[in-house]
Amino acid sequence: MNAIIPLQHRFPAVASPRPLVRIVIVGHVDHGKSTLIGRLLHETGSLPDGKLEQLTAMSTRRGMPFEWSFVLDALQSERDQNITIDTSQIRFHTRARDFVLIDAPGHTEFLRNMITGAAQADAAVLVVDAVEGVRDQTRRHGYLLQLLGIRQVVVVINKMDRISYDATRFREIETDIADYLKSLGLPPLEVIPISAREGVGITEHTYTSEWYRPTLVEALDKLLPARLALELPLRFPIQAIYKFDDRRILAGRVESGCIAAGDELVVLPSGARTKVKTIEAWPVPRSGHNPSRAGTGQSIGITLEDSLFVERGAIASSAEAPARAGDQIRARVFWLAPTPLEPGVQLAVSLATGTAQGVVAAVLSAVDPGSLIPAENQSIGCNHVGEIEITLDKPLAGDTYDTNPTTGRVVLEFNGRIAGGGLVLAIGSIATAPPLSPSSLPENPDAGKLKAKAAELVDSMQELSPAQRIARLRHDIEGKIVFTTSFGLEDQVILHWIAENGSDIELVTLDTGRLFPETYELWAKTEQRYGWRIRAVYPHHEQLEQLVARQGINGFYQSKDAREACCHIRKIEPLGRALASARGWITGLRRDQSAHRAGMDIVEADTGRGLLKLNPLFDWTRAAVLDFATKNDIPISDLHARGFASIGCAPCTRAISPGDPERAGRWWWEQENKSECGLHIKSRNSAHEN
Amino acid sequence: MDRLDELEAQSIYIFREAFERLRKVALLWSLGKDSNVMIWLAQKAFFGRVPFPVMHVDTGKKFPEMYAFRDRYAEEWNLQLIVEQCPPVEAVDPTLPPAARSAARKTEGLKLALAKHGFDGLFAGIRRDEEATRAKERVFSPRGAQGAWDVRDQPPEFWDHFNASPPPGTHLRVHPILHWTENDIWRYTRREGIPIISLYLSRDGKRYRSLGDADITFPIESNASSLDEIIAELDTTKIPERSGRAMDHESEDAFERLRTTGYL
Repeated sequence: MNAIIPLQHRFPAVASPRPLVRIVIVGHVDHGKSTLIGRLLHETGSLPDGKLEQLTAMSTRRGMPFEWSFVLDALQSERDQNITIDTSQIRFHTRARDFVLIDAPGHTEFLRNMITGAAQADAAVLVVDAVEGVRDQTRRHGYLLQLLGIRQVVVVINKMDRISYDATRFREIETDIADYLKSLGLPPLEVIPISAREGVGITEHTYTSEWYRPTLVEALDKLLPARLALELPLRFPIQAIYKFDDRRILAGRVESGCIAAGDELVVLPSGARTKVKTIEAWPVPRSGHNPSRAGTGQSIGITLEDSLFVERGAIASSAEAPARAGDQIRARVFWLAPTPLEPGVQLAVSLATGTAQGVVAAVLSAVDPGSLIPAENQSIGCNHVGEIEITLDKPLAGDTYDTNPTTGRVVLEFNGRIAGGGLVLAIGSIATAPPLSPSSLPENPDAGKLKAKAAELVDSMQELSPAQRIARLRHDIEGKIVFTTSFGLEDQVILHWIAENGSDIELVTLDTGRLFPETYELWAKTEQRYGWRIRAVYPHHEQLEQLVARQGINGFYQSKDAREACCHIRKIEPLGRALASARGWITGLRRDQSAHRAGMDIVEADTGRGLLKLNPLFDWTRAAVLDFATKNDIPISDLHARGFASIGCAPCTRAISPGDPERAGRWWWEQENKSECGLHIKSRNSAHEN
Repeated sequence: MDRLDELEAQSIYIFREAFERLRKVALLWSLGKDSNVMIWLAQKAFFGRVPFPVMHVDTGKKFPEMYAFRDRYAEEWNLQLIVEQCPPVEAVDPTLPPAARSAARKTEGLKLALAKHGFDGLFAGIRRDEEATRAKERVFSPRGAQGAWDVRDQPPEFWDHFNASPPPGTHLRVHPILHWTENDIWRYTRREGIPIISLYLSRDGKRYRSLGDADITFPIESNASSLDEIIAELDTTKIPERSGRAMDHESEDAFERLRTTGYL
């Protein structure tokens, strides 16, 4: 430990305003966050006079060595246990920035406090112990930073003194953490070797012949305040309606864009149109006129030209790009309550200023971001994350997170207490629920590994037969592999290989309820022939009943949105359950089926679902597949002989003319380039663009 | 928007959330610079009025200047003023050090006032930068039936969504200026022309930085006799704001003990 010498003001206060940046310090317990903060405050000359002496005296009184962490851990209980229970905030500045520094606890049981702290931050410093390396709470905090919308991360590898500043070990940890953060879409701005205890790497360089890195303070000086969403369309969530005098004032904060007297507004969820009459303020400016406009971040009031009925929770939005509304929300969330989040759980759901009662309709995925192990069952445990669908008792107004980061965030209350929150991936009503929007899905944390494995398998499988490819996949990956069949020609050939080889692969079909009678006959015949049961996955009956109630039995012909809502409930959502906890997925896709599928490969990393997808027949032609089926007496659908090349749901599939693209018979009434139901659309972050 | 605009917008948002979501709220007016800024912000939030009572929990030992200020501005700002007296020091936990025990009268007075009026939300003008335990506060901070603060089990609070469902018999402390600093308060006071008590300005080389009971509050050495000079002084000082408040310094955990039992 260094001697404690009061430093002169390294960074004297200056009159010119410096940007204010809020930073949160996160990382695994005991990796040295509070020590780093104590040292940082000391070295930037930010401690109040007498603080160091007071803490030194306290340490002496307790007969223990001085700890830098005492600076922040000022609560009695924390000094005794040496851990940070809640989040603290403290201010300091450097030459270039004013900082609000938020210390977040590293203990798992205090994750709610870490989230409370980190949600206020513009940037994060992730502390990793040089001896212990990346631990589960390091990963969990990284994952949550991403989910909380933080986009600037500086990593410090602390306690370098304990490993004698060993460059090899440093690089090992650096690669480990940088790869992980990159896979989250959150590449670190810097990875800096430091020793908080010895005061190395904070304001003094640590460079040796082995590396050159900036100091932590140099890295902090490059951080930027989070930008207000000025350039986005207007979102003015209504907080309250005041009638203190003859004015009827709609009060709220402008969350994005700007608003001016005379502007036309669309108010969600009702969709009513209205016009801004005045912007209200107090005290009325000296000019005697109220301001005529207001911008992002301002808490204001407006009056309307008409007496439109508006309630708290409505969003007044730009008429050109209005917000969305609906009673169905799909969200990627973190969960902080001891009671697991699972289907049937009742919640109060808040979106901007609106709140509705909701029930979890489905848990599409669940994962412990510490271990990255997907949960087997439909349940998100305490401090875990996942994707859910919620049905609300009334429509709420909001946006998807990728359209608007402020109005696209949902907060979940359980038993009267905030218990979770996350990013809105989709919002709508059953009848018009948009399909899973792949572009809005954050990438799976082990995307990097998946992609590497996919690339390796692609190379090794080039020369193998389809049957050998299936065997190789089974041999190479641990865990469940699922083959989804719709009883098309390719599917029958693949099922033949799996059954003949007795491979440990689960056979699943999605029974949408609208399949051809011929498909059910073939299903039964196939089970008889091979002696295997094919597991059927069905749509959720409540969702289906609501869909049909809203859009009618053949409502999918009405619009593309209606068709996609139908596909979502009958196919996509059940597929999610069919593939839950699977590590591998075998499909009958072929490269030459359509232009959309031309870019595919034998093996692809499906980072959204966290699995490897094998298309064993990807390089076969239709003729070759048919030839193989005939020679091996594999049962195939009678429909193929009647001109049906690609077979899906009966109402949505028709025969095609010779020479047409194979999938031309699917959803023929819609315009081209959308002959996918969404099953095989990947995230835009995936290795191969679709 | 500059920094003061951002602070103001955030505080107004908090005021409106609490007023909308809670049943019966009041603002705790200590007559100091922070609660005066709070009243000003409330008037902004509600377009020129404070639509709830403003309560002074009186120890009877404030400076005369403070009482004069209260009576003048309660009228000028058209406030619904409630004054509640604190019980005598004999009614307070005798194990506390003397100054803290004296300050704890306010905690007791507050409990009595809560019971009398049935408030489920109290606006309090504490700030994170004042003191380390206050740095850990939530904006909407739940208090138990006895007014106690359970620092080990604070609910999560993020993205300006607040826990606003206090169980029956409990209340919430709502902290609209938690994110402000002492210097922010003075800069805002200067910008908005908010009146202040003259004790904050230097007289004979001393001024009060923080105001409390006359017998346990002490002035600091300072020649700052105007708002501009106070702001300039705060830009360079490293002396803590509450250094003149005796009850904070009697023992290591005196102030924390005050706070967990319900002090502000």
